[in-house]
Amino acid sequence: MSNNEQTNSHSHFPWSHLIGFGLSIVLTLLALWVGFASDFSFRTIMIIVVILALIQAAIQLLMFMHITESDSSRIQVGTILYAVFIAAAIVAGTIWVMSFGMHNMNM
Amino acid sequence: MKLDEFFVTGDPLIYGADVSIALTLIGAIFVLTYFKKWKWLWTEWLTTVDHKKLGVMYIIAAVLMLFRGGVDALLMRAQLTVPDSSFLDANHYNEIFTTHGTIMIIFMAMPFLIGLINVVVPLQIGARDVAYPFLNAVSFWTFFMGAMLFNISFVIGGSPSAGWTSYVPLAGLELSPGVGQNYYLLGLQIAGIGTLLTGINFLVTILKMRVPSMKLMQMPMFTWSSLITMVIIIFAFPVLTVALALMTFDRLFGSHFFTMMDGGMPMLWANLFWIWGHPEVYIVILPAFGMFSEIISTFARKTLFGYKAMVYSMVVIAGLSFLVWVHHFFTMGAGGAVNSFFSITTMLIAVPTGVKIFNWLFTLYKGRIRFTTAMLWSLAFIPNFVIGGVTGVMLAMAAADYQYHNTYFLVAHFHYVLISGTVYACFAGLYFWYPKMFNHRLNERLGKWSFWIFVAGFNLCFFPMYFLGLAGMPRRIYTYGIGDGWMSLNVLATFGGVLMGIGFLILVYNIYYSFRYSPRETTGDPWDARTLEWSTPAPVPHYNFAHLPEAKGHDAFWIMKEEKKQGKAPEKKPYKPIHMPSYSGVPIIMSVFFFIAGFGMVFSWHWMSILGLIGVLATMVIRSFDYDKGFYVSVEEIEETEKKTTL
Repeated sequence: MSNNEQTNSHSHFPWSHLIGFGLSIVLTLLALWVGFASDFSFRTIMIIVVILALIQAAIQLLMFMHITESDSSRIQVGTILYAVFIAAAIVAGTIWVMSFGMHNMNM
Repeated sequence: MKLDEFFVTGDPLIYGADVSIALTLIGAIFVLTYFKKWKWLWTEWLTTVDHKKLGVMYIIAAVLMLFRGGVDALLMRAQLTVPDSSFLDANHYNEIFTTHGTIMIIFMAMPFLIGLINVVVPLQIGARDVAYPFLNAVSFWTFFMGAMLFNISFVIGGSPSAGWTSYVPLAGLELSPGVGQNYYLLGLQIAGIGTLLTGINFLVTILKMRVPSMKLMQMPMFTWSSLITMVIIIFAFPVLTVALALMTFDRLFGSHFFTMMDGGMPMLWANLFWIWGHPEVYIVILPAFGMFSEIISTFARKTLFGYKAMVYSMVVIAGLSFLVWVHHFFTMGAGGAVNSFFSITTMLIAVPTGVKIFNWLFTLYKGRIRFTTAMLWSLAFIPNFVIGGVTGVMLAMAAADYQYHNTYFLVAHFHYVLISGTVYACFAGLYFWYPKMFNHRLNERLGKWSFWIFVAGFNLCFFPMYFLGLAGMPRRIYTYGIGDGWMSLNVLATFGGVLMGIGFLILVYNIYYSFRYSPRETTGDPWDARTLEWSTPAPVPHYNFAHLPEAKGHDAFWIMKEEKKQGKAPEKKPYKPIHMPSYSGVPIIMSVFFFIAGFGMVFSWHWMSILGLIGVLATMVIRSFDYDKGFYVSVEEIEETEKKTTL
């Protein structure tokens, strides 16, 4: 009983999924190349990789998560705000916590 | 690899386990063949997508794991009863506390709760199944195969021995060269897939599959707690997935994320582990809170006190749970500012938890209390959990933690919160919802015996550990000297542990006894309860509700019953065909391939893991091109079923 309302939207060929999948692979390979094979400085590499990650996250939300197709925008906004909060807490918190004793490492 | 490296040899305890495993397997195969039950097992259970059956299977698996983890616990107690004991050697003891911790958290507490959520939540919100029934089966089978992969480690290849937290460098390749740690990584990884899928599934189910008349702020408290839990699962489990994958790369493919050399950061593992690990604590406690809320409200015969405060305190807990993780490693020495921050957030979390405790007390206040077994577990939870919570605040003070950390004080604290919180809730929930699952109640007399013995044993076992900790006994040591003066309290703790074991055995006997002798249910509402799951007849039809119920407020079923007493009987409407999902064998087969892939990776047999992963991919493709859209239950069948069931 759960899927029958949705089956209609799946009857056509899933182009958006395929494009999203392809773009995700391309972006990942690009990040790998920037990380391993390019001559940019460490700082530039980090900036490029973060930007690529953000683009890929946006693609995921648009192509796979149907973020534009829902009518329950309040739940969507709430979830995204919570996700941003958790991500920020984890990343910033980890950097803060793990930066102890970093002065003797080459970073 | 030689055969004696493949199988664990040399320990009489392990040989005993080998024999019992072989006998159990032979016994199960014999019974299934003798009674010609193979086809029944496959068509009714192994391929099911029915949330009630999956829930029952979760609970059976969890009880088995409780037995395994409990045996581990008793072996540890046996070793520690007297000083200088030589019952277990150091390495064997390490393996046992590692598997005890991992199994109890990942393969006992979570599946027990998820099992009860599976059975109860769709019924509580008036749904006929979960949002993604197929995914639900995948969840169960990946959990089960992950658990099995982890569990065979002690007879094949050797158990992990670096603690359930698996801190590097101890868990790294140099100090843990065997396959044991790989079992930990792959077993948890595969089971984690199932947990994450459950998180998504039930989030969507609760948000989208409620009967249209039920507003968010009218949902039963157990459903609310499950919703919050699912949100935490979705955000916490990916961190574990990544951390496990990174350590797997370190161990199998020579990367250096957590190594001591080449720029690795060993403490980053502890950091990532606890970013998942602390929310995990709330994943196993919030559903327990929800169950206690339902049970206390039912047996105090009052609507829950402070419903909104309960919901908001859980929302606050969900936010704060991601901001406290460093309190698990204050002694890493990240500096005064870091420790102070995480000290304060940790203490803050006691506030919403305290609000909930007061709400339960006020629900009890002036209630007409019935002391059923389920209620007894819930009542015992309150004082015991408060002891655990208060000592938690003591541990939250970073400066004081330098004194408590790594002692039995900590061991006592987290067993007080996890056992009197989660385990009491599992037992309370089992007694409470048992008639919904099996159409008969568990025997109350045996239940009360088991309750009193277990609770007495629990307090005798763990309360002395606070004092052992204050007296300086470190955790994770396999023995101590006579001069340390820890023996008398350790003897007491072992005595308590044995009582807990007896309490558990009585519970298991009760399941058998009630199956044989308990009267079958004649109504679907044995406890005079309040929420919609009790409005279903006994036994619950596979489509749950012939007509979708109407929720007119909190305690929707209670309102229905009140209206019925006033003579407002609901009008009889004609039945309509009900659309239900088809059963599928794909989830179990896919999970078997996951098991094969995982087993291959454990032993670095890459041909085997590639074969397994190809199998996983193939089953996914098969599923993608499966256009089976389920079936309709005909009106005649509904009429027939509704006639047979009693309401």
